[in-house]
Order: sequence, then structure tokens, then C-alpha cells
Amino acid sequence: MDHTPPPFFKRGPAPLVRLFFFASLSLALLVVDARFRYVDGLRSWLALAAYPLQRAATWPIDLAMSVSGYFSTQATLIQENAQLREQALANAQDAQRYHALQAEASELRRMIGAAEKLPVQAMPAEVLYLGRDPYSHKLFIDRGTVQGVRAGSPVADDTGVIGQVTRVHPLLSEVTLLTNPDQAIPVQVVRNGLRAVAFGGGASGTLELRYMPANAEIQDGDRLVTSGIDGTYPAGLAVATVMRVERDAEHSFARVVCKPAAGIERGRYVLVLTNEAARAPRPDETQAKERRGEKTRRARKDKAAEKASDDSQ
Amino acid sequence: MIPSSSQILMPVRMSTIIGSFALALFLNFLPWRDLRLVPDFVALVLAFWCVRQPRLVGLGVAWMLGLLSDAGNGVLLGQHALAYSLLAFLSVWLSRRILWFGPMLQSLHIALILLVTQAAVLLVRLAAGDAFPGWPIFIGPLAGAILWPVVTWLLLLPQRRPEREQAI
Repeated sequence: MDHTPPPFFKRGPAPLVRLFFFASLSLALLVVDARFRYVDGLRSWLALAAYPLQRAATWPIDLAMSVSGYFSTQATLIQENAQLREQALANAQDAQRYHALQAEASELRRMIGAAEKLPVQAMPAEVLYLGRDPYSHKLFIDRGTVQGVRAGSPVADDTGVIGQVTRVHPLLSEVTLLTNPDQAIPVQVVRNGLRAVAFGGGASGTLELRYMPANAEIQDGDRLVTSGIDGTYPAGLAVATVMRVERDAEHSFARVVCKPAAGIERGRYVLVLTNEAARAPRPDETQAKERRGEKTRRARKDKAAEKASDDSQ
Repeated sequence: MIPSSSQILMPVRMSTIIGSFALALFLNFLPWRDLRLVPDFVALVLAFWCVRQPRLVGLGVAWMLGLLSDAGNGVLLGQHALAYSLLAFLSVWLSRRILWFGPMLQSLHIALILLVTQAAVLLVRLAAGDAFPGWPIFIGPLAGAILWPVVTWLLLLPQRRPEREQAI
């Protein structure tokens, strides 16, 4: 006879079995996501599901800001107004010089036949929130594929570059900040045009120039701007200021620590820059393979020819 | 000592559970200044429901919430799913034991569970090649454990019956 328990004791599989099942599912997802990036579609859907809550999470801040704005006194407003007017004057002067210089530069470029630099388009976006994970150095902005953001676009605020769009969801996108240890940006020293690559310094909130020779001509206070040679970041955006340079005889490289120019983890509004048109198209893989094949074939042919000539002698 | 589970409560409504999870996710998405010192509200609420209603909320719910957190925070898909599954398992497993204790001793159990959860996330991050973020990372779970009595009181409010009715 079959002694099965009555159905009200049935609770499905044992908790340990369930834990095993879900843990292995998570691990499989982790591996697939970290190695192959196959699950970006799933991620987009989940991000869309979380979007209303993320959007809602910004309103306490908005409320606090509007309340404090309501109570700001006339004196502070007058002071701010005066400050802004001064700044506008200075900006206008700069803008006039900029137009003149740009005209001159384009003239010169036309003279030497170089490609006209395409104007960079900027799309304003609002920072929704910083990533919860303290390791990830990411932030989320309220513009996505619907608004035309593309992965890889640089992101800047009013004082300099803050990072790059690394993932785009339908209504929001993810920006990896320059302070992320995996993020690199090609820079140039304004003073002498020395080129370098700046990497994120992680939790310290600084940037670091790696692989700079110990005798490189760089000093404290040097300003770094994007060099534009990667085709991703437009040239000439402020990136950082050198904080200290450590030259140690034991190491062949100098340790250069820089402070980011932009308010990387502070600002609330950012600009997504797009200069897709300026980027060179990716080389076609099949073409590259064919070319490689051709090369080896040619090399073989050459060898065969040499051999033949040797034999004939 | 009367175990805290012996209070007569009204049956839980599904809307309470869903609403509490939505609120916890909302709190997690708030732009906190230093995230390391802020407790993980989703983990806390999840632990609460796993302890109180192990038949309704279990590993499946935990896993889905974990995925949602991962996608919302833009981290590796599966790291919070793994950690929350572990948390749900521990909470369901210990639920009958935990409910025998008073609020303070319950907090100690929860502290342990939340620390294990945080450690799981940490291990995944280290395995993925990130640097160790420093010990303050474990302050969040401890803060969560301190909040446990408050969370218990708040989340049981909808289930409490009016005083007069209890007297009868």
C-alpha cells in the first residue's frame, strides 16, 4: 500500500533543494552576464520594471529643493543674480573669442585639407541616482534609447567629462564614471601637449595616469583635457588637474594622481554628447580575416619562389 | 515568556506584502549620501516576510527581487539574486526559532543573516575582480539589524486587531 502524506503537508521541494536550485541559477546568470553578456535583453526588461520606483525615488529630493527654493531670501537671490551677471559677461567674452578662433581654425584646417571637425551635439539629462553598489561607480540618467542615447557616448557636466554611457535601457541609461577602475580616457596635458591615458582610482575618487615614464614632463597643477585620438571623446574637454606626481627611483613609471575637473559624484544635470558621425566605422571581421589569409598565402608563395630560385642556382 | 508569534493576528493581505516590497525598493533607490552605511531595506523586509510568512514568501520571491535590484543598480545580473536566495533560505530555516525570542534577540539573529547576505555579495564582487571596499561595508547590515524591531512593529500594524476586539 502506498503511504503518501495527506496533501496539506505538501510544501513543494525542501528548502535546501530550492536554495541549491536558485543558487545555481544565479551563478549561471552571473557567469553568462560577466563573460558573454547574453542577458542584456532580460536586463532591459527588468530595468523597465524598476523604472517607476527609480523615478519616484527622485521626488523627495525635488521636493526638498523646491521647498528650500521657496524659502530662499531676497538677499541671496540678489547676490546670486549679480554673480550670474558677472559670469555671463565673462562667458560672452569667451564666446566671442571662441567664435573667432573657431572660424580661424576651420580656415586653417581647410587650408591643410584636414577633415572638418563635426560639431558635437549635446543632450541634457537628469541624474536619477547613483548605483547602490559602492564598488560600481555608476550613475543613472533619465534618457534612454527612446530619446536616442547610444552606448559609448561621452557624458559631461558644465565643468568637464564625468564618464561614458555603458548600457542603454529604453527609458534610462547607465553611465560609468571616470573614477571606475576599469574606465580609461585618453588625455593630453594642456601646457605641453603630452599625451597619456587616465584610469579611475576607485574609492579614492581620483584619477591616475598610468605608464608615464619617470622623466615625463608633468607637474602639479597641470590641467588635463581629452585628446580626442580615440574618436569617442571629443577633443578639448576638461578632465582633471594633476594633484601630485611621485617619482620613485625604484619604479620605472611615475605615479601621477589627478583630481577630476567635473563634479563626478555631485552634479544633478549632465550632458550626453554624441559625435557618432566622427567615429570611424569598425573594421569588418570577415574582411580582416581574408586579408590575413592573403598575407600568409603571399608569404608562402614568396618562400616557395625563393626556394625555387635557390634550387635553380 | 510568551513567544511573540503567539499574538493573535489577522491573516496577512497580499497587498501589504507587495506594498512593503515596493516601499523597500523605493528606499533602496533613494540617492543616499554614503551607501555603505545605509541598510539594505529590501533584504530587511524580505527577511521579515520569510520569518513571518515562510509559506507565502520564500526563495522564488527572493530571487526575483534580487534580479530586480541587480538590474536597477546596474551590477552583475545574479549577485543580489544569489545573496537574497541565501537570505530567504536562512530566514525560512530559522523562522520558528527566531519567533521564540524577544525583539532584541531577534535582531541578533537578523544581524547574522544580513551579514551573511552582505558577505555573499562581497564574495561575488571579489570573484568578479573588484578590490576590497573596506570594512565599513558591514555597517549597513548592522544598522539593518538595529532597525529590525521598528520594521517588525510597522509591518505588523495592518495585521493587528483593534485593542477592544482583542479583549473580547
